[in-house]
Formats: sequence, structure tokens, C-alpha cells
Amino acid sequence: MGRLEFDIAHLLAGSLVLISFMMLYQDRLYALLNTYALHAGVLALSVAWQAFVQQAPHLYITALIALGFKAIIIPLALHRIIVRLGIHREVETAVGFGLTMLTGIGLVALAMVLMLRITPGADPLAREDLAFSLSVVLLGLLVMVTRRNAVSQVVGFMSLENGLVLAATAAKGMPLVVEISIAFSVLIAFIVIGIFLFRIRERFDTVDLQALDRFRGERR
Amino acid sequence: MMVGALYAVAVLLALAPASIALSKYARASNIIYGASLVASAALCSMGTVQLLSRSRAAVALVLPIGLPWLGAHFRIDALAAFFLAAINFGGVAASLFALGYGRHEHAPGRILPFYPAFLAGMNLVVIAGDAFSFLVAWEFMSLSSWALVVAHHREQENVRAGYIYLLMASFGTLALLLAFGFLAGSSGHYDFDSIRAIHLPNGLAAIVLLLALIGTGSKAGLVPLHVWLPLAHPAAPSHVSALMSGVMTKVAVYAFIRIVFDLLGPPAWWWSVTVLAVAGPTATLGVLYALMQRDLKRLLAYSTIENIGIIFSGLGLALAFKAQGLDWIAALAFTAALLHVVNHLLFKSLLFFGAGAVLNATGERDMEKLGGLIHRMPKTAAAVLVGCAAISALPPFNGFVSEWLTFQAILLSPQLPSWALKLLIPAVGGLLALAAALAAASFVKAFGVSFLGRPRTPEAAAAKETDALSLAAMGALAVLCLVAGILPGLLIDSLAPVTTAMVGHSMPHQADLAWLTIVPIAESRSSYNGLLVLAFVTLSGSLAALAIHRLASDRLRRAPAWDCGFPDSNPAIQYTASSFSQPIRRAFGSVVFAAREIGEMPPPGALSIARLTVRQRDLIWDFLYAPLADGIATVTERINVLQFQTIRRYLSLVFIALVLLLLVLAL
Repeated sequence: MGRLEFDIAHLLAGSLVLISFMMLYQDRLYALLNTYALHAGVLALSVAWQAFVQQAPHLYITALIALGFKAIIIPLALHRIIVRLGIHREVETAVGFGLTMLTGIGLVALAMVLMLRITPGADPLAREDLAFSLSVVLLGLLVMVTRRNAVSQVVGFMSLENGLVLAATAAKGMPLVVEISIAFSVLIAFIVIGIFLFRIRERFDTVDLQALDRFRGERR
Repeated sequence: MMVGALYAVAVLLALAPASIALSKYARASNIIYGASLVASAALCSMGTVQLLSRSRAAVALVLPIGLPWLGAHFRIDALAAFFLAAINFGGVAASLFALGYGRHEHAPGRILPFYPAFLAGMNLVVIAGDAFSFLVAWEFMSLSSWALVVAHHREQENVRAGYIYLLMASFGTLALLLAFGFLAGSSGHYDFDSIRAIHLPNGLAAIVLLLALIGTGSKAGLVPLHVWLPLAHPAAPSHVSALMSGVMTKVAVYAFIRIVFDLLGPPAWWWSVTVLAVAGPTATLGVLYALMQRDLKRLLAYSTIENIGIIFSGLGLALAFKAQGLDWIAALAFTAALLHVVNHLLFKSLLFFGAGAVLNATGERDMEKLGGLIHRMPKTAAAVLVGCAAISALPPFNGFVSEWLTFQAILLSPQLPSWALKLLIPAVGGLLALAAALAAASFVKAFGVSFLGRPRTPEAAAAKETDALSLAAMGALAVLCLVAGILPGLLIDSLAPVTTAMVGHSMPHQADLAWLTIVPIAESRSSYNGLLVLAFVTLSGSLAALAIHRLASDRLRRAPAWDCGFPDSNPAIQYTASSFSQPIRRAFGSVVFAAREIGEMPPPGALSIARLTVRQRDLIWDFLYAPLADGIATVTERINVLQFQTIRRYLSLVFIALVLLLLVLAL
């Protein structure tokens, strides 16, 4: 693999991590959705680049799936949900942005140290990609943990899935079935969570999870 | 051979669902117990043939079930063959007894499916050739026996017994699981042949020894892991009690021998210290508890603890001598332990059958409500008397031989170089001697109070002799107790392959000695002849009877019994079980049981009742289990908060756990 190919793969995977960081400080739902769409778009680019580098044409399908479902359909659908629910107001974060960003930096450092330590013999590209994808997964989890709103938790979950797809495509020779199944699992999760959102709102008139907590008689 | 054994076990396993299908027929219990009897008999004969066969090679088989990279290994070597024969002999006896006894069962559907499953589980433990199938079989055995313990679940006591049994059984299996994990090492080969090839460093071997002692000891009933045993064994129906007490504890002994003697490699000298320090007190405490009981079956269960103490003492001695290279004495001690396995199986099954017959005839397990049964159930009484004599180690019965051999090994302990053992072994010997004497006392009590004297309740007075099949099972066991006591040489010789495999030596050949004598070491040192004792007992007994009948007056005179100031014929004035054990309770009880007697005597002239109350506490329960249970309850109450969290907190918990694990991996 040439120097340039490596650098471009590196750049794309790195920008995924960067966009994950961007998600951390979006305080409006629309902005968060747009960032997510960007995230998925960069993922599609990265997968396509991997397909080109690895000369694995089936990865183009994965890239198309990522672009179609994750970057276009799901954000649009979530957009509609937000409109229909009427919750295009501020995202309530549970933890302050500064602390969240610092934690995120710590997580990325952790992912790098871990991956570089346990995969010394692996192909450098796969190594970098694995480290980046673990960072994306951890940042996605962080988004889920720091948000109170159900829609933003869904977005966090899907960015986490993007990290998994990145890891799957970085590893050479993983069959197409796996990637398709991952894509579908995201879709199914999206559908299920969407349905749940409606059910929750039907019952409580809000998708603020604190309402659920109040319903269960919990104190904050 | 191996295939045959597996087929027989498969038959037992298949009987479990079959009994559910058959349960609506009245003859279901006959079919199931009959089939169990046949399968057990087949397995017993296979074990015997394998044990006695000239070819010493083990038979083995690997089935492609279980873990995909391991399969299920099955193997019958000399040790497994011996235990296979012993276990299934117990199975045959219990099935025969159950053919008669099971007819009186009011809810056979709760027992029939689990009985053959329990037998199959015990067999699978013995023939398992890898750690995985061993543990699966072990757990299967525990669970099926648990189902039998809670078969009569309407009684509150049984439910509690089952709960404690389940806890202790899981704990024991956990210990064994860890032990096998250490034994397999990092390579993770779980079949016994690979484990045998690995030699563990000293520290790990110590951990495995302790875990094996805990795991098998909790099943066998070593003090202080015995608490479940006297609750669970009596709770089951009597033929199952016999199996649990007589046979399942032996499976635990097998597991201990398999791990410590076979898989763990050559012993270090202090291993025996651990085993002996547990075994000696187990024997004495078990029998002291037994002596305090009023419940016949519970007395028998506590006596099982005592006998397990004797068996483990033998094994501990074998370890001590083997570690010092004194293989020939190790062989003696090991043979004594194995012989006691057989003997205890014989007489404990017999006594539990007897207790079952009594329970059936009177509906009572409380000895204070029995009495005079020797007139109403003479055949049962005779069989139980033989069992009591055998378990009290009276010659010419079998119990004497194995205990005598154990003491022969103890007397050779001055040959050991280690001072710790030189001091410990005589102490254990003293404990065993005390246990033997107290065992005799407790069985004098058990037989005397239940069978002699006058009936204390109308139920006892109305008792009828039990059915022919139950009597046949008891009679056969009683005869075998005598035969094994007179022909111990045959048994000792047939144990030679097992001893050779486990301690590298065997006892001298006994069959060639004249007049059925056994000589454990050398003729000049000690020998025992059961036949001689039998001849002497028979002869002197007959002569005494003859003399009494010839010389004494044969005029029949009926006079009021116990007429020394008690003309009232109330049976309550007889010696009771509690009064029989009172002297011993006074001697030991204040320390061991923290027993206190509170006497309330009304002032002279007052008409109120005088009352003597005895309070006993189980110190092991109070100081070990109660604090443990309290601690667990406190901790779980604290942790319980975690169960009611918000969704975000759950997510955070998962997230924090993940990050922590990653940190551990990264640092």
C-alpha cells in the first residue's frame, strides 16, 4: 500500500473521530442530526476508500448502504420524528460540555494506548482503523450517557454502530454478510427505538427520559 | 465393556422420562424400580469384572458430545471400576428395597422420575474421563438428589433442608470447578490424561487440595461443611436416604481420591495434615451429634458423618505415608479406607432400610415414640441388630475389619520422620477410638430404644412386619455384613489393583493364608481371623444358652416387670433416648453443644409439674453459618439499590464498567 492511500484512510478515519467529538457538544437536536448525517457520510467515504485500497468490490455495497441508510434515510426519518413530536428545542445535556470533551479526549487516548499495545503484529492500516473505531464506539457510548433526550440517545447509539462498521471494514477479508447484517441491525434498532419513542410519548407526552424516572417514583 | 456401561446408564436416563409417561399406571413404581435394579446389577457386574480382570488396562471411549473441542471422555480404570461396582451394588439393594417400600409411597410421581436419574448421575461421575463431563455429571447428581429431598415438599422442614442442600451443593461444585480449572492449567486440556501429565507448582497444588477438600467434603459431609447432610438425608424417602448416605457420599470419596491421589501428582507431607485435621474431628463430632438425636433417620445421617471421618482419616494416613515413601503402609491405610467405603455402604443402607420399614409400620421417626418393635417386627429387628453391631465395629462383622486396619496404620505412624505427623496421627487415633466407642453407644441407644422395651405409643404397638421384598433386601445386606467380616481377605485382594494404581503398592496377598486369616503387615505383628471370632462367639453363646437352659430352673413364672417401686405400667417410665445420652451430654455437651439443663422443681407440697429443659446449640451453625448468612444478607441489601436505577444510570454503569475493563487491559 502506498503512502498516499494510507494517509487518506488515516484522514477519513480520523475525521470520523473528530465528528464524534463534534456530536458531543451539539446542543440542538437538528444540529446533532446533521452532525450524525455528516458522520455517516464520512463513514461511507471511508468504507469506499477501503474498498478501493483492498480491491474488495463488495465493500462498495457497504459504503452505499452506509450512505443511503445512515447518512440520508435515518437522519431524514429522525428529522420527521422530531417535527412530529415537536421537540426541536434545546438538547439537555446531563454533564457540562467541558467535562464531556475532556472525558472524550481521555477515552480516545485510552483507545489508542490499548489498541497499539495489543495489536503490535497487525497491518498498520488495520491497526490505526481499529484504534479509531474503538474511539468512535466509546464516544458514541459517551453521547448516550451524557444525554437525557431519547432521540439524542438513539443518535449516540447509531454513531456507535458506525464505529463497528469502521472496524469491520478495516479488517481485511471480512465477508459481505457481516456488513449487511450490521447495517440491518442498525435499521432494526432504529425502527424499534422509533416505535418506542412514539409509545413513550403517547403515554407521557414527552420523550424526556426524566419523565420515565418520575413515573417510576425515582428521585434524580 | 465401556459401551455396555454407557448403554446401561442410558437405560437409567431413559427411565426418568418413561416414568412420567407411565405414572398413571398403578404398576409404574414396580416397572421403574425393577428396571433400575436390572441396570444397576448390569453396571455392578461390569465394574466387578473390570476390577477382577487380569488385564489391568483401563477401558475408555470418547463421544462427540459436550464441548466441541473436547468431546465427552469416559474411562473405567481400576479405581472407577471399584466405585462403579460399589455404587451399583448400593443401587441394586435400594431398588430391591424400593420394590417393596415404594408401594407405600403416597406420591410416587414425585420420586420415580428422579430415582433412576440420580443413579445415572452417580454412575456418570465415576466413569467420566474429563473434567467437563465430571462436573456436568456431578451437578446432575446433586440436582436429581435435591429433587428427591424436596419430594415431600408439603413439610416445611423438607423445603428448608432442600434449600440448604442446594446452596451447599452449588458451593461445592464451584470449589470443584475452580480446582479443575487450576488442574488444567493455562493449556486448558480438560481430559484426565492430560491433567495427569501436568505437574503443578507447590502453591497451586495446595490451593487445588483445599478446593478438592471443600468441594468433595461438602458432598461427603466433612465438618464444618456437614450442616446440610443431617437435614437433607432424612428428608428423602428411606430408600433414597440409603442411597444418599450410603452411596452418594462414596461418590464424593471417589472424587477426592481421583483428584488428590490420581490427578494432583505426588503428595507433599503437609497435605495429610490438612486432611487428618479435618477428618479426625469429623468422626468424633459426627457421632456426638448422632448420640444426641431422637430422630432415627437423623441419627443415621449424623453417623454417616462419623464414618466419612473414618474414611478420610484412612485417606489422610495414606497420603502421609505415601509422601514419605512408605508405600506399603500407605497401601494398608488406603485399603482400610476403601474397605470402609464398602462396609459403610452395606450397613448404612441396611440401617436406613430398617428405619424406612419402621417408619412405614408406625409412621414415626422419633425414637421416643417407638419401642417394643422386636416383638412386632422380629425379622426387621434381627437385620437392624446385625447392622447396629456392624456399624459399632463389633467382630465378627465387617465394620470391625476396616476400623482395625485403620488403627493398624495409625500404630505404624512412629515410622514417619515428621514430628508434626508423629504428634497429629496419635491424636487422630484417639479421636477415632472415641468415635468408635460413642458409635457403639449411639447404636445401643438406637436399637434399644426403638426395638426393645414396651411400645410407647399405640402406633408402635400396632406395628406390623414389613413386606417380603424389603425384608429380602435387608436380609441380604445383613448376611453380607457378616460375610464381609469373615472373608475380608477376598475383598482386600480384589482391592489390590486400585491400591497399586493410587499409592503404588498393595497389601500382601491374603487369600493363601490358612483359615481366612488376614495379616496386614507381618504375622508376628498382628493378625485377625473373623472365622475364629465367629466360632468363638457362636460356641460360647450356645454353651451359655445351653448352660442356662439346663442348669437354671425352667419353671415359668410371670411377674410384673420393673416392679421396683413402679407398679404403674405406663410405658413412659422406660429409659428414653434422651436419658440414655444424658451422661455423655453432660461430659461433652457443655463444650461441644453449649448444652444447658434447666430444672424446674416445684416446692414441696406444690402440685405443679417438675420440668427438665435441655437447651443445645449448634456452635458451628452459630459461629460460622449464621454470621455468613447475615453478611450476605447485608451485602445483597446494599447492592439491591442497583436494581432500581434510571435508564441513563444503567448506561453509565455499563459505560464505566467497559472503560474500567479497557483500562485494566491497557495498563
